[in-house]
Amino acid sequence: MKEQVQTDFDKITKTSGFSERKIKLKKDYLNKFIKNGFPNRKHENWKFSDISQIIQKNIGELSFYNDYSSLNKVNTSVFVDELEHNKIVFINGRIEKIDFDYEDKDKIEINDDSNLDNTASNDNSLIDLNNAFTNKYYKILIKKDYFLKKPLIVYHTTNKKIKSKNVNLRLEFQLEQNSSLRLIDLFNDIGEKNFINIFYNFDLKKDAILKNYKIDKIQNKNIKYSFNNIEQDANSVSETFILSSGSIFLKNEINCNLKGKYSSAFVNGIFSLKNEQHHEIRTIINHLAENTKSYQLIKSVLGKDSKAVYQGKIFVNSEAQKTDGYQLSKAILLDESSEFNAKPELEIYADDVKCSHGSASGSLDESSIFYLMSRGLSYQQSKELLINGFLLDVFEKITDSEVKNLIKNMIGLKE
Amino acid sequence: MREKELEKIKEYKYGFSTDIENIRAPKGLNKEVIKFISNIKKEPKWMLDWRLKAYDRLQHLKEPDWQKPKYPKIDYQNLYYYSAPKSTKDKPKSLDDLDPKLLETYNKLGIALVEQKRLNNIAVDAVFDSVSVATTFKEKLTEKGIIFCSMSEAIQKHPELVKKYLGSVIPLTDHYFATLNSAVFTDGSFVYIPEGTRCPMELSTYFRINASETGQFERTLIIAEKGSYVSYLEGCTAPMRDENQLHAANVELIALDDAEIKYSTVQNWYPGDENGKGGIYNFVTKRGLCKGKNSKISWTQVETGSAITWKYPSCILKGDNSIGEFYSIAITNNYQKADTGTKMIHLGKNTKSKIISKGISAGFSDMTYRGLVDISSKAKNSSNYTQCDSLLMGNKCGAHTVPYIKNKNSESNIAHEATTSKISEEQLHYCQQRGLNPEEAVGLIVNGFCKEVLQQLPMEFAVEAQKLVGISLEGSVG
Repeated sequence: MKEQVQTDFDKITKTSGFSERKIKLKKDYLNKFIKNGFPNRKHENWKFSDISQIIQKNIGELSFYNDYSSLNKVNTSVFVDELEHNKIVFINGRIEKIDFDYEDKDKIEINDDSNLDNTASNDNSLIDLNNAFTNKYYKILIKKDYFLKKPLIVYHTTNKKIKSKNVNLRLEFQLEQNSSLRLIDLFNDIGEKNFINIFYNFDLKKDAILKNYKIDKIQNKNIKYSFNNIEQDANSVSETFILSSGSIFLKNEINCNLKGKYSSAFVNGIFSLKNEQHHEIRTIINHLAENTKSYQLIKSVLGKDSKAVYQGKIFVNSEAQKTDGYQLSKAILLDESSEFNAKPELEIYADDVKCSHGSASGSLDESSIFYLMSRGLSYQQSKELLINGFLLDVFEKITDSEVKNLIKNMIGLKE
Repeated sequence: MREKELEKIKEYKYGFSTDIENIRAPKGLNKEVIKFISNIKKEPKWMLDWRLKAYDRLQHLKEPDWQKPKYPKIDYQNLYYYSAPKSTKDKPKSLDDLDPKLLETYNKLGIALVEQKRLNNIAVDAVFDSVSVATTFKEKLTEKGIIFCSMSEAIQKHPELVKKYLGSVIPLTDHYFATLNSAVFTDGSFVYIPEGTRCPMELSTYFRINASETGQFERTLIIAEKGSYVSYLEGCTAPMRDENQLHAANVELIALDDAEIKYSTVQNWYPGDENGKGGIYNFVTKRGLCKGKNSKISWTQVETGSAITWKYPSCILKGDNSIGEFYSIAITNNYQKADTGTKMIHLGKNTKSKIISKGISAGFSDMTYRGLVDISSKAKNSSNYTQCDSLLMGNKCGAHTVPYIKNKNSESNIAHEATTSKISEEQLHYCQQRGLNPEEAVGLIVNGFCKEVLQQLPMEFAVEAQKLVGISLEGSVG
């Protein structure tokens, strides 16, 4: 793999026209990635999902070179009709369209990465990979006191042109004081057997509100890794909703730093898996200031041969008194071959806190099925009804009613 | 001057050491030392071979490093692996033959053998450093066919049992400290309960680490035959020392069909002084195997001592309908560190496990609960319930919970709960209003917090443990 990465990298830097400085920076990341390689089971964070093995098994040899010179035609049929929205369209990792038609132009600033410092320091080798190979990324700045009128939908699409490729995406968002953004990530894959590596960085200033909905619904054979880093100032609120259902492998990682007083973070997720799918959500909520709050709810329904993993960590440092942290994960295993693993972790250094977590997994309640069947429903109907009820809880946590309806319609959930 | 000395004694109730001439193995860890230990204990060849095999394996192993409390590197070549009180070379026939100094030590500890023999219905197998000194109530146990003796004696007298079961739960190759123990273990307790026997009394061992620079490597093996029952108590205190002392014991429990083993520990080893200097490293491997159907193993532990406690008493639920239980109180104060919890590995059908863990940290200490619940795909209709609560006192200490939950069976249920909080002002206020001073109030509230676990201890221990909880938290309020 090492030679492949190196040659692909050289090929890209030759044709890309990147500045000298940028190439050097990227090279550093590349070397770091080569040194550490893909994470494996020996990394505590990858204990339950060995990505190097998963790539081996599902893709085999991975190619890191992508031709970004030619335009891809935007297929408008994937666009959501029922809701007016702003768009960013990624096709095979290339940004084809950025469209903020509904917004005040002077309230939003879009910079490309040639003006940005690429200084994400971390010990995550997939982020190194991302930094080394992202073609071009944008920083979107939302100015003070501006609330985006319409949600922004980021379309992540792949087409038949790519196979066995590593695709790296990156976006940066900065929300100035008292601004707000609703962001929906929609995955729509036709391309097969690719490894898609997504890195988002959010910087929330005082009183800013971010709502991020990640919808991976359409069945596909791609492997995905998504990392959200969220920095939060005083009084800011972040809400993340994850629907994890479509890809063969998907790992969502949320790292949230609650740096300002009274800031809060909400993470809600659903796993709905079947047929050898293996999905994971890993959250790290760092409570770094007083009176911060976090709430997490993860529910899973696991069909035949599927596996879901939830690793959630609440960290409270000694300054973060009066922290309120809550974590709950529940799973229903539908088949003998399904598997649910959880690692709900608390690391606490302050005494005046309220932190708790709960985790439960098991089968559908037989007596509830019996109750419904005795009232005339078939076995299948009762099962579906119970699962719907089980999951509905999480959908109800979505605070934006427009988006909530959109998502509910999208997956055909009836109330 | 005298006052100062008194001060010192007050700091650690059990902090003193007795001057007894020691027989020591040469310093260092090598084949010669292992042969020396084996020779001095007059062991048969198969035992020596077993030890050497472990030693060979040890050369390929690395110390684990994933634990939360880090410790300075241990120089294994700079330790004595064997030391025995000289007076036991010719084993005493009765308590009267014991070295008076030894008896004095026990008196200070409050476990005067002579008195205990008469007053309590407990057979005490007191371990002074590495060799069992006296075993009481032997006859009564022999009547029932129960074997309760030191490990060295068992190797001599019951080699077939030792051969069959030693290392069957914790294999030679398990991990660094377990393998180290297999290579150099000196002594420990051996218990065998024959079929259908209910052990008439609580079996108990008091451990003491005495000689300086001696790592103590205990090996305990308890076998409960079909339909038998035994309750075993282990309690520890150790004298004040400046150098860190390593304690890497192995405890193996085997429960056959319908058998039940209850293993209780009160651990109060020297935790180091208020500045975190000295103290004992307690890296113990404890594992129970529910081998037969309907068997049950229950661990209860009260951990208040040691500079670093690092242990996970585990249950392997292999037999159908078997039950594993784990009750734990861990208290850390000053600079103590603990990383403890349990593993429940469900292999058989209808297996059940229950984990209740209470962690209390005060001062600058750090406490981690780390646990694994693993339900394999064959363990149909199994269930687990886990509850771990942490109590923090002050904002210089830490409390962490790291549970690993693996469910591979759709017919099984796992429920896990954890909370972290501090003692509420209301509770404190309520107690103080009724005339308790803050320290007493905290003691009362903490005892209430731990009640679920304390209830599991046998009577004799429960009283001692309750006191220990109070003593351990002295000076942490205000």
